[in-house]
Amino acid sequence: MIKILFFAALRERLDCEQYLLSCDGTMLQVTDILQQLQSRCHSWQQELSRSDLLCAVNQQLVPLSANVQDGDELAFFPPVTGG
Amino acid sequence: MTDMSIFVAVQSDDFCVASEYNELRRQSGCGAIVTFSGLVRELSDNQLHSMTLEHYPGMTEQALTAIAEQAQQRWQLGAVHLIHRVGSLKPHEQIVFVGIASPHRAAAFAAGEFIMDYLKNRAPLWKKEHTSNGDYWVEAKTSDQHALTRWG
Repeated sequence: MIKILFFAALRERLDCEQYLLSCDGTMLQVTDILQQLQSRCHSWQQELSRSDLLCAVNQQLVPLSANVQDGDELAFFPPVTGG
Repeated sequence: MTDMSIFVAVQSDDFCVASEYNELRRQSGCGAIVTFSGLVRELSDNQLHSMTLEHYPGMTEQALTAIAEQAQQRWQLGAVHLIHRVGSLKPHEQIVFVGIASPHRAAAFAAGEFIMDYLKNRAPLWKKEHTSNGDYWVEAKTSDQHALTRWG
């Protein structure tokens, strides 16, 4: 199982805080998972195709080309605005 | 300096600059302390009632610690205190505190700017403004992204 978290404006637009994706143990790229999520509906397609989308695997910022495996925590979020 | 200390907190409670300053003085025995506080700013075009700071629990603390460690690798620092508030905040309330103790002021000033530049681009925190015209997520500024380029 891969736990996927969404934050801030993205969480609101998807109306989803957490999504569990079953995983058969094979290594995936973040982009593979994005494709699966985008195919759910039009709004997910739109929101998860944004060029400024950021991604973290196990709480570390990574590029969308990063690998993900069973048990990982994946997060997607918009550009950060703290400080 | 062998005993560099890093203190990071992500909290809803307010912080006291004087207490942090005194702690920095006590811990480091350094010759210079630079502190920075970021506050909730009023808006020019409409009335800001409050602001909500959302974050990614766990990752925020890790990201802030990593930024402080990067600063420690670049400059000779005695202590770094980094506090970021989350939750609901009103105009003029304190959002963020950065305090740096170092043997010399140049390192303390530079490290403070470095930490704020990286925090604004790397720490998973998001601001939502609640205004008289509705609620809006704050958009990231390209000027904040460009600020990183000066650190190579």
